[in-house]
Amino acid sequence: MDRAHKGPLVIGIGNPWRGDDGIGHAVVDALVDTPGLATAKSHGEPAELMELWQGHDPVILVDAIVTGAAPGTLHRLDAREPLPRGARYSSHGIGLAEAVELARSLGELPDTLIVHGIEPTYLKDAADLSHEVRESIASAVSRITDDLAAAMHGQPPCTNRAGSQHSN
Amino acid sequence: MSETRTIEVDYLARVEGEGAMYVRTEGDRVEEVKLSIFEAPRFFEGFLRGRDFREAPDITARICGICPIAYQLGASLAMEDVCGVTVDGVLQDLRRLAYCGEWIESHALHVFMLHLPDFLGYPDAVTAAKDHPDMVRNGLRIKKIGNSILRLLGGREIHPVNLRVGGFYRTPTPDEVRGLRDELAWGLEAAGEVAEFLATLDYPNLERDYEFVSLVHPDEYPITHGRLGSGSGLDAAIRDYDDVFTEEHVAHSNALHSHRSDSGEPVFMGPLARFALNRERLTPRAAELAERAGLGAACRNPFRSIQVRMIEIVLAFEEALRLVDGYRAAPAEPALPVTPRAGTGFAATEAPRGICYHRYSIDEAGLITDAKIVPPTSVNQPTIEADLRELVQTHLHLPDDELRHHCEVAIRNYDPCISCATHFLDLTVERQ
Repeated sequence: MDRAHKGPLVIGIGNPWRGDDGIGHAVVDALVDTPGLATAKSHGEPAELMELWQGHDPVILVDAIVTGAAPGTLHRLDAREPLPRGARYSSHGIGLAEAVELARSLGELPDTLIVHGIEPTYLKDAADLSHEVRESIASAVSRITDDLAAAMHGQPPCTNRAGSQHSN
Repeated sequence: MSETRTIEVDYLARVEGEGAMYVRTEGDRVEEVKLSIFEAPRFFEGFLRGRDFREAPDITARICGICPIAYQLGASLAMEDVCGVTVDGVLQDLRRLAYCGEWIESHALHVFMLHLPDFLGYPDAVTAAKDHPDMVRNGLRIKKIGNSILRLLGGREIHPVNLRVGGFYRTPTPDEVRGLRDELAWGLEAAGEVAEFLATLDYPNLERDYEFVSLVHPDEYPITHGRLGSGSGLDAAIRDYDDVFTEEHVAHSNALHSHRSDSGEPVFMGPLARFALNRERLTPRAAELAERAGLGAACRNPFRSIQVRMIEIVLAFEEALRLVDGYRAAPAEPALPVTPRAGTGFAATEAPRGICYHRYSIDEAGLITDAKIVPPTSVNQPTIEADLRELVQTHLHLPDDELRHHCEVAIRNYDPCISCATHFLDLTVERQ
């Protein structure tokens, strides 16, 4: 396995043609010019995600997360704890949580892997991002930048921010 | 008084696409079995109409993220059939190599991530990976090799863009192709070991009297071309497909059901069918492993389809290595010129799950006037339901939870690609 250190990576997960499912890609678009930061976009297939983050650390995943909270609510999950599976936790039936847990089983999880989720308003075909979700991009970017800075400087990332909800 | 039981699975786990299962029994008799494919209709055939014939490979490649080559190449071959062009030689070899990549990545996804947990006794691959990390890790690496073939020949792994009517937009350099070799050699060995391991597992005893249908070819295990063959002596050209099979709508599914036009009987396509009808044309290592696994001349046990898929992965690695070693120089042109002419063209290839049939009509300007695409899952749907009926009938004594689990495992045997099978339903409005 390639254990070469490739630095920080943010992966946006989702389908930009399906309303707020495109939020992961939109956040990555907002981060794409950050110096020293690698970014990628994915539909969320587990093997692809594991392939993308191989050798990177810290790694941030951004996806729409459905918990029933108000649209635009930001969620933050630290993969040092097992991610909840089975529920419609990610916007993808299989994908993000499975990829993380599979990588954990195989000992291929980055030391720092944080999932940032944004509660969607709707996930319908051929729709743009909703107003609420578009408004949340700046806050999501700010939190991701904070996490990256903390991880890069060896500070323990904050695990319990206001507004963060876990779905179990 | 007879007791009525209904077993429903609202969302089938670990299959491609969204489907459900419904079983109703009365006393000791199974009354109704429905595999419902409710993934939305996809209208591909509709929106191909009016498009240029050269666009069909790129449009149809979007039908499936798992086996796009079946659509991209099928559409290309059908258009070449209309226009009287035959692609052979090096370009044909590259097409077969691309398809080997698709077989490897698609079969590996099913074997390792979706199906194997059932036989190892785990609810999913994530849990299985805790106890069998090397098996899952190797499975992912095998799948990745398939993806890398697709990336080289298709331009990208998902929804490739490099195959076209007449050949390719760009052909790889011999160095690029040789770059695949080391991983292919590793994959052949690793896949062989997995095939041997699978032969040691316990499988339920179930023999089904399928009418197997696959492509058949006198010289090679069929992937990219051949004639329609069956266990009951069917031997027909691809252009006769619509005479051999009839499709019809059923109320409970967004996929069309297929059956033999002459007998009305359902047929079964896919790895078991290919294996049974082309056993003599397996590559050497695949043949040896099939022999050692005790699969015989044909395998009629759907639970053992995981073994046959693994044998086909071995075959695809052997074929890929042969084609890589034979690629000495890029062809002078990446594609043959294809000039449109009015007519109807036909093609069928062996997608990982069975025959994928294409028929297109174009006018003299090359605009598509009609399109028909039949993926194997919709053809297999009546057979899957018939198998479930028998399985439930023989396991009626089990509590609902166990029966439900048996049915789910059984459905995964067929590796149904439900998203591919969804079809456009004609809407008929009757006015008084």
